[in-house]
Amino acid sequence: MTVTIIQTIAVLTLLGLLLALVLFLVAKKFKVEEDPRIDEVEKAMPGANCGGCGFAGCRAFADAAVKADSLEKVFCPVGGNDVMKKVAAILGKEVAEKAPMVAVVRCNGSCQNRPLVNDWDGVRSCKVKAGIYTGDTGCAYGCLGCGDCVAACAFGALSMDPETGLPVVDESKCTACGACVKACPRSIIELRNKGPRGMRVYVSCVNKEKGPVAKKACKAACIGCGICAKTCTHGAITVEANLAYIDYSKCKLCRECEALCPTGAIHGVNFPKELDKEAVKARINERKRKAQEAALAAKEAATKEVANEKTDI
Amino acid sequence: MKKLTFSIGGIHPADSKISRDCRIEELPLPQTVYVSMAQHLGAPATPVVAVGDKVLAGQVIGQPSGFISAFVHSPVSGTVRSIAPRADLAGRPQTHVEIAVEGDEWAEGIDLSPELITEITLSREEMLERIKNAGVVGLGGATFPTHVKLNPAPGSKAECLIINGAECEPYLTSDFRIMLERSKEILVGVAIMQKILGDCPAVVGIEENKPEAIEAMGRALSELPYSNIRIQSLKKRYPQGGEKQLIDAVMRRQVKSGGLPISVGAVVQNVATALAVYEAVQKNKPLVSNTLTITGDCLPADRQRNFLFRIGVPLSFIAEQAGGVPDDAAKIISGGPMMGRAIANMEATTVKGSSSLLYLTEEQTRRKPEGACIRCGRCSDACPMGLEPFLLNRLIKTGDVDGLEQNAIQDCIECGCCLYSCPANIPLLDRIRVSKAQVMGIIRARAAAQKK
Repeated sequence: MTVTIIQTIAVLTLLGLLLALVLFLVAKKFKVEEDPRIDEVEKAMPGANCGGCGFAGCRAFADAAVKADSLEKVFCPVGGNDVMKKVAAILGKEVAEKAPMVAVVRCNGSCQNRPLVNDWDGVRSCKVKAGIYTGDTGCAYGCLGCGDCVAACAFGALSMDPETGLPVVDESKCTACGACVKACPRSIIELRNKGPRGMRVYVSCVNKEKGPVAKKACKAACIGCGICAKTCTHGAITVEANLAYIDYSKCKLCRECEALCPTGAIHGVNFPKELDKEAVKARINERKRKAQEAALAAKEAATKEVANEKTDI
Repeated sequence: MKKLTFSIGGIHPADSKISRDCRIEELPLPQTVYVSMAQHLGAPATPVVAVGDKVLAGQVIGQPSGFISAFVHSPVSGTVRSIAPRADLAGRPQTHVEIAVEGDEWAEGIDLSPELITEITLSREEMLERIKNAGVVGLGGATFPTHVKLNPAPGSKAECLIINGAECEPYLTSDFRIMLERSKEILVGVAIMQKILGDCPAVVGIEENKPEAIEAMGRALSELPYSNIRIQSLKKRYPQGGEKQLIDAVMRRQVKSGGLPISVGAVVQNVATALAVYEAVQKNKPLVSNTLTITGDCLPADRQRNFLFRIGVPLSFIAEQAGGVPDDAAKIISGGPMMGRAIANMEATTVKGSSSLLYLTEEQTRRKPEGACIRCGRCSDACPMGLEPFLLNRLIKTGDVDGLEQNAIQDCIECGCCLYSCPANIPLLDRIRVSKAQVMGIIRARAAAQKK
């Protein structure tokens, strides 16, 4: 009995040692040389493997970052500038700072603004719904409310508001990975500049119908009247196909457009004070009056000059 | 006579042909019609009339804007009020020509007499031209321009013309009624198409649940001088009216994945299309009317109808003509209960391919809660294309687009047999439809890249 036990232990130990030796030799012979920096970069990454950067995961991103000549085209939206600085330090490369972004839901078609015109009893999926028809409201462009974006978010930053039936972005959790943008069949969600202290102004509508049609479907729709574009002194607003769009790189957050929008389709968020529409309107009128006066004065000056010239002759 | 059917898959839903004994009645004209420019597969037609123009019934108001496109004619005489986007059945905006109806005058050269003309005098090219100019499209559901289908690419030859009289969808009876009431005209239409395709034999396939239609067509055939047409009885089985299934049933040939019927020598046309071809060639009458069934279990028997309607008539007007929407109707379907689409907008108008207004009750349409797949394989047994819907469903969940293509999701004909047979009520077709569109997009993009 004892002999059997001793024999077993001996054989197994010997076998273990022999196989360990084989493994050691094989590992030495077939070793794959890998840039050790890939591991380092991967450690610096957030490790969410969300794919927001366009690569298959954090490891793939690290591999691409090490191999790339410059860090211009590789950017981790989740880690943002902090992570990119670390990555740049490891690789000894330059990285330009990018402004932080956030997902913005451009639809304000809540149950009050946009009444239902039929019942959807099919699969709770925006993609399926969008494939079949224009939805259970009169708007053929707005949110379908089945929450494909919520399901796509790997960070728990999106949730459906049961009261409005619209998705809500938790800005503290949103990493701007863009998964929701891809998931939305109506292209309602856009990645926009987060803005100083989160302040930003945007058009919360994507309806391209003409004014009356859009208004009939939804009280809060952009009707493409163009008042905002005419008022904007920074050239940030364009109206195309009956829909206004604010270019966040040009917007100076003056909120004049927001004050003038007749349907309330333009939203300003995270501002410390509530918008005093009357004050802003008074400011705009004052500016217009001054501009008119200046134009009049210039005209008078011009006519005087002409008169002077005539007397000279 | 031996009854034929296709070889794999299929289901047997209840027949429910409630309106089978209702004779076709002509639908009165509404005050205004809205004619869609997108009534066919392919590029929408371009309007060729202006606001304020006087038009006659049968006059061209839209011309094709591509190779796969079709003419659109005015269904009524009157004045063009507007040309603007209007929501279609699914709520999507399409260009519609609004015409205020004034009288019922027809354009010159259109023969409106009921007299049957059996003699085919025109040449092949002239007949194709007439079919094209009449805006005839396939009325079996897909609305593919008929002149394109009847003119196969050089090198391919039609060996058999199959006429689809299967009407395998439950409830629908419009094809059945025209086979009873207009059998001879259909057969002349078939003979015309035979001549265009180079005198190939023709088979009219009719399901066994319509013995009156089989008899009526057989009797009409014996009174006409055509020897190369055969009436074929088919076993009742859904989706027998699918193009590939019908070819399989009649010719015992299978169309390869991605292939066209002509690759196995078949051309399939619906009985209603044959009638439209007859009217286009023999009567010079463009396609501005078709037959539509108004039916449903919740509609009283005396309000079931088979209407001969003009295109562009609002669906709400048709519903009114049959006594309004019944109170029990929870869902109104355009088309059959298997492949038809729920109507989201009753102000939408009839198009060339409209075939029914079907009222379904809450009980009939309610979705049951989805359970887990128990891998029973019923969906695979039911799929007439030999696909494995449960597998596709799993691949869709993981987003494996390559896997979906390898498992031939692009071959799905969206017949709904999988969904019908699933004991766990998994919305297989809903998911497959979305991913099929995605995979088809990838295949097309790849083909376009290869061409360059």
